[in-house]
Amino acid sequence: MSDAPPMAEKPTIKVETTPGDWRFPSANQTKRCFTCYIEYNKCIEAKGEGSDECTKYAKCYRSLCPGEWIERWKEQRANGTFAGPL
Amino acid sequence: MILRSLECRFLTIALCDAAEPWQLGSQDAATPMMQGIIDLHHDIFFFLILILVFVSRMLVRALWHFNEQTNPIPQRIVHGTTIEIIRTIFPSVILLFIAIPSFALLYSMDGVLVDPAITIKAIGHQWYRTYEYSDYNSSDEQSLTFDSYTIPEDDPELGQSRLLEVDNRVVVPAKTHLRMIVTPADVPHSWAVPSSGVKCDAVPGRSNLTSISVQREGVYYGQCSEICGTNHAFTPIVVEAVTLKDYADWVSNQLILQTN
Repeated sequence: MSDAPPMAEKPTIKVETTPGDWRFPSANQTKRCFTCYIEYNKCIEAKGEGSDECTKYAKCYRSLCPGEWIERWKEQRANGTFAGPL
Repeated sequence: MILRSLECRFLTIALCDAAEPWQLGSQDAATPMMQGIIDLHHDIFFFLILILVFVSRMLVRALWHFNEQTNPIPQRIVHGTTIEIIRTIFPSVILLFIAIPSFALLYSMDGVLVDPAITIKAIGHQWYRTYEYSDYNSSDEQSLTFDSYTIPEDDPELGQSRLLEVDNRVVVPAKTHLRMIVTPADVPHSWAVPSSGVKCDAVPGRSNLTSISVQREGVYYGQCSEICGTNHAFTPIVVEAVTLKDYADWVSNQLILQTN
């Protein structure tokens, strides 16, 4: 019994998400998703990657933006065709 | 006493959370939003019956009295100020009594500014759905993502509904505020779950938000509600509401599976 390998520890999750934003009160959250993405990238430009102050924006755009959009924007930024103000 | 114990054992109510053949009424409410919608429907139906009875009576009376034998000379009334005023003001009052609860419900359903505990993204495809839970990842690649396909019409197990089951269900915690982000990957879809009182359009290039607060644990069925092509009728939605602890366990297990 003691020879059994230890059980893989389950990752602990915190049940919380990005809160509501008064700047975007309508059902259309497209612009909010885009704005969070822009704010995050501006933040890491100014404060460096991995900064704690940028975590808020990262959580925001990861929660609100579909993964497909994020991939597309990443590709556009690599190609230099991204339309946002970066 | 015996009857009471028997009733407790055998007469448990099975709540209606999926469409039933020849169903006329709404599915049972699982959220306050749907309860509000059902109540509003009942309120409006009251006025509807009143108007129906009144108009039917006038119509039948007109037909009845249009008779050469008993009324050879028809009335020639051309104008009446009093009756005109009455039948202008009275319908307005009725509309007011309909509009007040309607607007109250409409604005209370606007849950954009309520801080939710969970965000779920429902991404519509032809003809399946992708769900993303992205609150638990620390990079862009760790999302809890899975596809939800319909179970074919000729492949159900015993007890499963036809054209309503999926292979992977959306799991949500009960008694918790959720934010649903609905968007499509190709053509317009609509994410609708009648028991939850939610119907949110998925418009290409746009992500729409809707709020859900499921009040009881169970399995709730919905379908795509915007014509999206040949298999529009074969794109079901299944939401399973569990306890918060079970939800946390499910997420942890899914994260482990996706890591390996």
